Amino acid sequence: MTSVAITQIPFSQRLTATSRRFFRWLTRPQVVLALIMLVIMFYMVIIPLYKLVETTVTWQSSDLSRNPDAEVGGLTAFHWVRMLTGIFGRIYTYTPLQHSMTIAIGTVLLSLFIGGSLAWLVVRTDMPGRKLVNQLAVLPYIMPSWTLAQAWLVLFKNRLAGGAPGLFEYIVGQSPPDWLSYGPVPIIICCALHYYTFFFLFVSAALMSIDSNLEEAGELMGASRWRILRKITIPLVLPALLSGFIMTFSKVMGTFGGPNILGSPVKYYVVATMIRGSLAAGDRSDAFVLAIVLILFAMVTISLNQRLVGTRKSYETIGGRGFVSNQSKLRDMKKVFFTAVIIFQLLVLIVPLGLLAYDTFLLRSGDYSFSNLTLQNWIGQKNPLYNDGEPGVLLNPRVYQTAWNSIQLALYTSFFTALLGILLGYAIVKGRGTRLAKLVDQLAYIPYVIPGIAFGAVYIAMFARKIGPLPSLYGTFALLVVVSVAKHIPYSSRSGVSAMMQVGHELEEAAQVAGANVWQRFRRVIFPLTFSGFVSGFLLTFITTMRELSLVILLVTRDTQVLASLTMKYIEAGRDQMGNIVVLLLVLITVTGNALIGRFTGGSLKKGLGM
Amino acid sequence: MGTTIRINNLTKKFGDVLALDHVSLDIDPGTFVTLLGPSGCGKTTLLRCVAGLEEPDGGEIYIGDMLIFSHEKGISLPSSKRDLGLVFQNYALWPHMKVDKNITFALEIQKMPKAEMEKRVKESLKEVQMEGYEDRYPREMSGGQQQRIALARMLAYRPKVFLMDEPLSNLDARLRMDMRAELKRLHHMSGATTIYVTHDQVEALTMSTKIAIMKEGVVQQFDTPDKIYHFPINLFVADFIGNPKVNLLEGEVRGKNAVDLGTFKIGVDTFRADGKVVVGIRPEDITILDHPEPEAVEFNAYSVLPSGADSTIVARLGTTELTIREMGISKLRMDDKIWLKFDAKTLNLYHKDSGNLILS
Repeated sequence: MTSVAITQIPFSQRLTATSRRFFRWLTRPQVVLALIMLVIMFYMVIIPLYKLVETTVTWQSSDLSRNPDAEVGGLTAFHWVRMLTGIFGRIYTYTPLQHSMTIAIGTVLLSLFIGGSLAWLVVRTDMPGRKLVNQLAVLPYIMPSWTLAQAWLVLFKNRLAGGAPGLFEYIVGQSPPDWLSYGPVPIIICCALHYYTFFFLFVSAALMSIDSNLEEAGELMGASRWRILRKITIPLVLPALLSGFIMTFSKVMGTFGGPNILGSPVKYYVVATMIRGSLAAGDRSDAFVLAIVLILFAMVTISLNQRLVGTRKSYETIGGRGFVSNQSKLRDMKKVFFTAVIIFQLLVLIVPLGLLAYDTFLLRSGDYSFSNLTLQNWIGQKNPLYNDGEPGVLLNPRVYQTAWNSIQLALYTSFFTALLGILLGYAIVKGRGTRLAKLVDQLAYIPYVIPGIAFGAVYIAMFARKIGPLPSLYGTFALLVVVSVAKHIPYSSRSGVSAMMQVGHELEEAAQVAGANVWQRFRRVIFPLTFSGFVSGFLLTFITTMRELSLVILLVTRDTQVLASLTMKYIEAGRDQMGNIVVLLLVLITVTGNALIGRFTGGSLKKGLGM
Repeated sequence: MGTTIRINNLTKKFGDVLALDHVSLDIDPGTFVTLLGPSGCGKTTLLRCVAGLEEPDGGEIYIGDMLIFSHEKGISLPSSKRDLGLVFQNYALWPHMKVDKNITFALEIQKMPKAEMEKRVKESLKEVQMEGYEDRYPREMSGGQQQRIALARMLAYRPKVFLMDEPLSNLDARLRMDMRAELKRLHHMSGATTIYVTHDQVEALTMSTKIAIMKEGVVQQFDTPDKIYHFPINLFVADFIGNPKVNLLEGEVRGKNAVDLGTFKIGVDTFRADGKVVVGIRPEDITILDHPEPEAVEFNAYSVLPSGADSTIVARLGTTELTIREMGISKLRMDDKIWLKFDAKTLNLYHKDSGNLILS
């Protein structure tokens, strides 16, 4: 009967009905938001990626010197052939790639050892002071990643790359060997001491979620300890290990600071430093080819991880509530382990920071005697004898300008990231099950697989010229904000989704039935209930943006310099002490920020990592 | 104050699953209608469609004379314009607002004067017997108290239609009993047309003016509790309603007045039926005798389960098993010989193939 009724309705009336239904669909808040988010992400992620690829397969005006016949904008495989074949390919692509791989794998192994053992000690033993260790273990990750590299140079610098030698030579009287001063070994050590946090967090979460009963069940059945470890514990921790592996690997592949400080002076280039080098030399297409290689590498490893661990496990929560957990008795070894861990923490935190601080009080670098101590680098007036006539850092208007840039960048980025997070969370959670929401969710994930330095390169490609309604942003402060927000999208959408999940959908529906419109629902129900998520997302983004280098290094100019890039600038200019002061300021800001987070919101680093 | 609700051929799909399949219900003003069925039968979906929280894929809904939804005309009023109130299973009180703010939320949106709002808060709290709780946060109250506040929140803005989605299922058994009485009383006082979703048949039978029993998106029977209980329209409804469950026995019609159940014959009024049928006998419609009588069938008392006010007896004869409900504590012992007497007037006959009731 109904089907007859439908055919009797005139076409025009059916058209009105359909358009009314479509309009209603279109004005649903989750649909509107999803569409807006799609447009934003399209501009922030998809178009830049497209531009990046386009630049590498077309002739650029900079190529005219090499090939005067080239038609600018015409298709060509020139850049790819050049970068991937012959001696050029070896120098510019394969060797740096090999170096990046060496460092990434070395870092992964060393951080697995450090993070894994610390996690086991903290979660599964009766070692004293576990709580303290648990808190200290994440501190290195909160500091800028290249802090340790700077400290390393204070200690082990030799004359290989010029400049005054470090404390080691001053005390021992002998120059440290080249392999200890520069190159892969120090880079790996410094990276591992920063990135072991991933393994620590992943493995301790996994260990905590294993019910000891599982192991005890094995024990009751008469299995030996080794067999239990092999057959029960390790398989259960394996996903966490793989996740830690991938996270560390892809981060190190894209890291810039450490390799730039400890590798570049001796021409030990990795892909990240090579990208910057090519850009500085004006070979934009070359740099972009390298960036694409890096992105492909990261994508392959991450998809491999998902194949092995299961979709997106590495990215989502692995944790879970702690069950009954039996603790291995360390007995006599208690003190040994405890001492070892404390010494380790000292070596990773106190000693490097102490060295950095000490170095900043030297008048002439390389002379560590007390008579050489000074406050010149901190509060000295302009003096042509020191620091090329620049005043001490605390009197230097340029440093204040840079710090203000950093703070502004972090504030804007945190605000937009947190806001975007709530909106993305709403669009994804409310639209759950629809194709649109799924698309938003998947697009939001893309920046995750693009290494920081490559993301910066992508943005050069995008905003060098005016595109559609968007002005050319290159060289502007806005560009830094845009790139930082874009890179944070995966994390913000994760935390937004989890914040929204905690607000049951009935709470909004109750308001809807009670007569509230969209805006009233957002203002009176959703925002108040997700506000703590907003705040902790804000603070965590603030910290990570403050110390982010790889992402912005390619995009800063003289006027948009931030603290992180300023350290690099000082170090590259051979003014290590100034760089050390700036990095200490950064450490101070980030560590204080982290303490604030813990105090006010109960948010943790885990949330900030999207775990 | 009540209003009619007319639901016409309502259809709703979730992907390939048909959650509502051409559902039609005519609800009279001021009645208390229960949507009853197993989980996944579409009862909550139907309620959410009426509330405007889901958009159906076909059909119409009228509240009074107002067309609030029509797929064919492309009309769907937002929830806020439908003049209805909804009570959720998990209360859905806004955790960041105190009780009074929870209650005045809707009133503020209507821009009601402050004095009037305060009056309404007092009144509605009184109606749910929660006077003096204005300053509590939801988390500072027990589940039962929260549910009362959720009710007060709905009562305060006096909607024409009350919708309730399993409001008592999160409460413990004792509290649920008390709240049933309260809810029925509230409905009686307000006279608002009420649609109430539950999977609990006792709740449905005790509170409803009419019950709509649903299965797989289709309304099986829409009738008074009395009719639903005594004349279930098909085997699904017969089996779903009643505790202990109805006895369903397969047999074949023999002559005009008997069904052959294999192990014994039962006297029925079969003038419209023939062939294979299913006989439905409510456990309380069987009389137990301790001595033989004409027409009584000898059974064995397989198990005797007294439970205070009544006792359940499981009786067996060959492969036939019957459940019988007797008032009081049964004096029978297990394996006693008993004789069962059936009343032809209380039996229902169903076609074996279609499962539908054969009307006599």
